[in-house]
Amino acid sequence: MSFPWAKAYEPKAPLMRFLDERLPLPRFVYNAVGAGYPVPRNLSYFWNFGILAGFCLMLQIVTGIVLAMHYSANALVAFNSVEHIMRDVNWGWMLRYAHANGASFFFVVVYIHIFRGLFYSSYKAPREMIWLLGVVIFLLMMATAFMGYVLPWGQMSFWGAKVITGLFGAIPLVGEPLQVWLLGGYAPDNAALNRFYSLHFLLPFVIAGVVILHIWALHIPGSSNPTGVEVKSESDTVPFHPYYTAKDGFGLGVFLLIYCLFVFFLPNNLGHPDNYIPANPLSTPAHIVPEWYFWPFYAILRAFTSDFLLPAKLWGVLAMFSAILCWFFLPWLDRSPVRSGHYRPLFRKFFWFGLIPCMAVLFYCGGAPAEEPFVMLSQIATAYYFLHFLVILPIVSLVERPEPLPYSITDAVLGTPENDGTVKGHMIQGENARPAV
Amino acid sequence: MTRLISILVGLGFTFVVLLAFVIGAWTFATEEVTPTAEHEFHVAPRHASYQFDGALGTWDYQQLQRGYQVYKEVCSACHSLKLVGFRNLAELGYTEAEVKAEAASWQVPGVDPVTGEASTRPGTATDYFPSPYPNDVAAAAANNNAVPPDLSLMTKARHHGTEYVRSLLTGYRNPNTFSVDGVRLKEEFPDFETPPALHFNPYFANLNIAMAPPLTANGQVTYADGTDPTIEQMATDVSAFLTWTAEPTLVRRKQTGWPVLGFLLFATVLAWYAKKQVWAPVKPKKRKGDNPA
Repeated sequence: MSFPWAKAYEPKAPLMRFLDERLPLPRFVYNAVGAGYPVPRNLSYFWNFGILAGFCLMLQIVTGIVLAMHYSANALVAFNSVEHIMRDVNWGWMLRYAHANGASFFFVVVYIHIFRGLFYSSYKAPREMIWLLGVVIFLLMMATAFMGYVLPWGQMSFWGAKVITGLFGAIPLVGEPLQVWLLGGYAPDNAALNRFYSLHFLLPFVIAGVVILHIWALHIPGSSNPTGVEVKSESDTVPFHPYYTAKDGFGLGVFLLIYCLFVFFLPNNLGHPDNYIPANPLSTPAHIVPEWYFWPFYAILRAFTSDFLLPAKLWGVLAMFSAILCWFFLPWLDRSPVRSGHYRPLFRKFFWFGLIPCMAVLFYCGGAPAEEPFVMLSQIATAYYFLHFLVILPIVSLVERPEPLPYSITDAVLGTPENDGTVKGHMIQGENARPAV
Repeated sequence: MTRLISILVGLGFTFVVLLAFVIGAWTFATEEVTPTAEHEFHVAPRHASYQFDGALGTWDYQQLQRGYQVYKEVCSACHSLKLVGFRNLAELGYTEAEVKAEAASWQVPGVDPVTGEASTRPGTATDYFPSPYPNDVAAAAANNNAVPPDLSLMTKARHHGTEYVRSLLTGYRNPNTFSVDGVRLKEEFPDFETPPALHFNPYFANLNIAMAPPLTANGQVTYADGTDPTIEQMATDVSAFLTWTAEPTLVRRKQTGWPVLGFLLFATVLAWYAKKQVWAPVKPKKRKGDNPA
């Protein structure tokens, strides 16, 4: 693991020596986030978001466990038990707002983390496993967040649960029995609420487990970096502590400032007012919308409005799941030897002028009512989404002529003229894909 | 091979969604969308300002007490307030004795201590506001099949809830003369009729609300603090009161937020300088005469 010049842990205090010989936990921490883990020296602030996502997970687990002490997962009293937390539990309002907005901010952070990975092609060899585990975490997060949103048992909770579990009903033959089995009934009710609560409590710990694997896989090749050039020598790296602990500390401060602004001053702005109406199976809300972080995928689901060989609903469900599952194949679809979008002129254009506007449209249309022109817009954006990942990326990586890369991270940072990447002798295409010697 | 399959799958999804797009666009272009009165004549709540607005907002206890009086004397005839307890009234500035007296002025469901039969008794501070109807069936039966919703969370359960409640209460109009931006509803939709037993109100989503105008005359309640009880004033006060019932911790939340943000700002500034200092030795020095290009 790590590089030959990584500092070895040397316990100084007798207690640490004692521990190190019996349970080398201090050594483990030292090598993971301490001075024993060399990290590329040129990471931008986009590399803060992994730590921030880990922070959000812990925040959700801590606030969630305390909320669980006061919440009651019974369809008769669930709604009122949430209001009991808001009104009668000491600081309950803060816990609940911190948890509800914490979910939103978790997704903000993770979306930035994912799109950083997409721009810098962090999924490429030798980091495929980190990426695959990351997609697994994202899927688990979506499941957890969806089930968590059902727990307050408001109108959107109920109807959201009905719509999303209804998606399984679109599967041929087994669809309807599957939906009944998932819900424990023909419609969301006490059985569904109880199992969602149980799973909502369990899944964060599964996520935490996969996060450990994600970080373990990361520590084998080490972090990627904005040039995409692999670490070659000690001068390319700095020890994680104190350099990145200090940088992450500042990043965490900025994150908390924005997060607390929402928790204390705009706590309901990311939610839907209808969820303050108790669940009523007899009254359908005018517009059923999921939480904002599902909007792009909800837009893809609703974009398929015509039957073609298969029913439109089944196309929508297939497309929605494929939209995320296709990320699993990215390491084998994008075969360009150059990682960083900074050195890939064609890829970069498709990223900034294709994928980002496409995601913006999908976000917007997913939250808008299912009317024109939003349906047409989301259809165009959905078409581009699949073209981008499944058609454009593989083709671009074949035809694109990447720009010259710097010889090393040190050269990229210091920009010494004699070793400038533009000097012809150092322009070795694809050498960055090889691990450091 | 992977890439070939991927391209085929990608083109497949694209083809199907673009097919849907073409069909949708054709429908959109050829079929006239019939405008609806609900869509064109539903109006957004009117703007109003309250003392609790903004990041520095505080409760106006006089206003909340007036609003409570409007709820008690007008709204509570039909609407419950299930999530609020009498003890919570202490937060509006009532003394303990006043809270007890207030609670005792309401009849709450109880059990006859001798026979065990259901009966009513005067409320105590630990009771919650009683519902005007024993159950939803009774509520529907008494109100033309429309159950009056519980008001505890009403201002949080609607977009711009406080202003919505205020606008709705003062928003009853005559549909025959109602107009938006100079366009008369009856000219645009000559067939528009408010069904019998419903009442026209353009602030309500489908324009026809089951609730009869609750505030009908100035002076409907008599305020103890001498404020002139105009319809506008009563609507403003009760919407403020319902903002409090929806989130009694609203002001405390904002007041907690400031020290939190202050601390975080301080900590973040410190973290910034710590980061600068830590990184100083490895940051490339800017040399004079360097050509940035």
